[in-house]
Amino acid sequence: MRQISVRDAVNEALAEEMRRDDRVFLLGEDITDPWGGTFGVTRGLSTEFGAERVRETPISEAAIVGCAVGAAMIGMRPVAELMFNDFIGIAMDQLANQAAKLRYMTGGQVNLPLVVRTSAGAGRAAASQHSQSLEGWLVHVPGLKVVMPSTPYDAKGLLRSAIRDPDPVVFIEHKMTYNLKGPVPEGEYEVPLGVADVKRDGRDVTVIAYSFQVHRALVAAERLAREGVEVEVVDPRTLYPLDLATIVESVRKTGRVVIVHEAVERGGFGAELAAQLAAEAFDYLDSPIARVATANTPIPFAPVMESYVLPTEERIMAAVGKVMD
Amino acid sequence: MDTSGLDETKLIWMYRTMLAIRGFEVRIRELFTEGRIGGLLHSYEGEEAVATGVCAALRPDDLIVSTHRGHGHLIAKGGSLDRMMAELFARETGYCRAKGGSAHMVDVSLGILGANGIVGAGLPIATGAGTAVKLRRTGQVVVCFFGDGASNTGAFHEAVNLASVWTLPIVFVCENNLYAQFVRQELHSKLADLHQRSVGYAMPGCMVDGNDVLAVYEVTTAAVARARAGEGPSLIEAKTYRYTGHAISNPASALGRSVEEVEAWKKRDPIERMARLLSQQGVLTPELDERLHAEIDQAVEASIAFAEASPHPRPEEALEDVYASLPEGARL
Repeated sequence: MRQISVRDAVNEALAEEMRRDDRVFLLGEDITDPWGGTFGVTRGLSTEFGAERVRETPISEAAIVGCAVGAAMIGMRPVAELMFNDFIGIAMDQLANQAAKLRYMTGGQVNLPLVVRTSAGAGRAAASQHSQSLEGWLVHVPGLKVVMPSTPYDAKGLLRSAIRDPDPVVFIEHKMTYNLKGPVPEGEYEVPLGVADVKRDGRDVTVIAYSFQVHRALVAAERLAREGVEVEVVDPRTLYPLDLATIVESVRKTGRVVIVHEAVERGGFGAELAAQLAAEAFDYLDSPIARVATANTPIPFAPVMESYVLPTEERIMAAVGKVMD
Repeated sequence: MDTSGLDETKLIWMYRTMLAIRGFEVRIRELFTEGRIGGLLHSYEGEEAVATGVCAALRPDDLIVSTHRGHGHLIAKGGSLDRMMAELFARETGYCRAKGGSAHMVDVSLGILGANGIVGAGLPIATGAGTAVKLRRTGQVVVCFFGDGASNTGAFHEAVNLASVWTLPIVFVCENNLYAQFVRQELHSKLADLHQRSVGYAMPGCMVDGNDVLAVYEVTTAAVARARAGEGPSLIEAKTYRYTGHAISNPASALGRSVEEVEAWKKRDPIERMARLLSQQGVLTPELDERLHAEIDQAVEASIAFAEASPHPRPEEALEDVYASLPEGARL
């Protein structure tokens, strides 16, 4: 099977959905050719689809998301890009008070089939205001759906589903995955929202990880296998709606849980997950649930400090050791 | 006021619409005081000519984006008094099935994209509606109502700038009632005439007496024509006045307004002015006037009866319509 990067996978999903449905249009900063987006994800799209369907915006995050809201309210399928999820604060009213709530507040008169694509994550010395993982803010807002793919296959399939979804979806790409290659079939396929994926089978411990941390977890799992510990890596892929059943099934098998995320530990999605597992899978647990997450600090600039605060394979392995104890 | 070029039906429609808005809003205030309806309610009393004059210049398929002070816009665009009242009474038959209340009423079939509880939030949404109608080439126009207070938000700046640079078919109507919540305009902006902000967006802007329904109609007609011809957005500042406090639970006295100021504006009441003009022109006879007032009273009372006869929502409906679709087994 061909191997393509997350960048190319997202690009293909956008192009294919735009060819298929002319209600789909893109808007965002720097997304047109020749630049094609700050990470090159939208390269080629303005050339193929023109300036009306690939719309260059000013630096106006509130207007970008608000424009998507208004267009979606009357039946278009906008895909808005917020260059870095760290900028989401500027758009937060339109996302949390408008996009998330208009269907509910209007008693179901409208639905908002919009997608906000954005990038998250650290590892590039981009420092505090360009390195965050803010999915926790979004999962906390009823009315939003939140997707964080880890692989090219998942990214393409999930983005197609997100664009076809009748509800507002925030689609969070990790900047460290844009160059990561993986198998992606030719031809049409979708990955449904709300379905988790077991990325690696194992009988001893369940490591739940998402986005870039899936890859850290898989490396840690390989190293642990050499020590005779078989790790099962479960990637939720969609944070809301969450496929708790698949995760619980894994916990039933292993009895031990380590949750890994790059978001800051305090109040992170891992806390929500841990609470749900404590309620639904308590009888299966042989030890307390562990979390491996970024320290409760902003992300520092210096590479040595940045790697100090982030999850690492070593920290994941140490956490596995602790829950196996 | 200039009635030339307008037929009687339209003139009477304008007058009747303003009566309907005033009648509805006054009655709401009474119901609130009596404790029969609750929540956050923002009255349009005094501003009727703006909503009416603007909506008179629109096609039925044109779109409007409204504010927290949105009952007037909703009525002028053809909204149902019954469904509005039922929403305020928190009944199933309300516009939002009792999920939204006053500030969130939407009727997409009438092109009403909502009232909004966040000051300034409608402006970015209007750019989306404008983008959609432009992409679809329908010739529809979007009117975006907002207040003097909203004109200071970042959302205003971002949206108006985007509408300008994308040449969107939007008419921005600033209802300057001289107060943003509780604060007098000169304390929130050094610019007395807010339409001058249009210069900053390279778009036409103009000021109009917001209590002169025909003047509002005239400037809106011109702005709508521009937008429909693909010439882009305009900014209209309608100077008007609200008789009540910010929310009707706030006494007007909290605004610290002088008696002289209020009286001066009441002398320019938009409904009385239109009544005088139409009588002078022989369009409005005392009999017709009495009949119109009676019709409005009956319609408002009928909407209350409709509301009170309507069922309450089941409490569990609170869990519905958060999403249009969820996977099987997913929980909120």
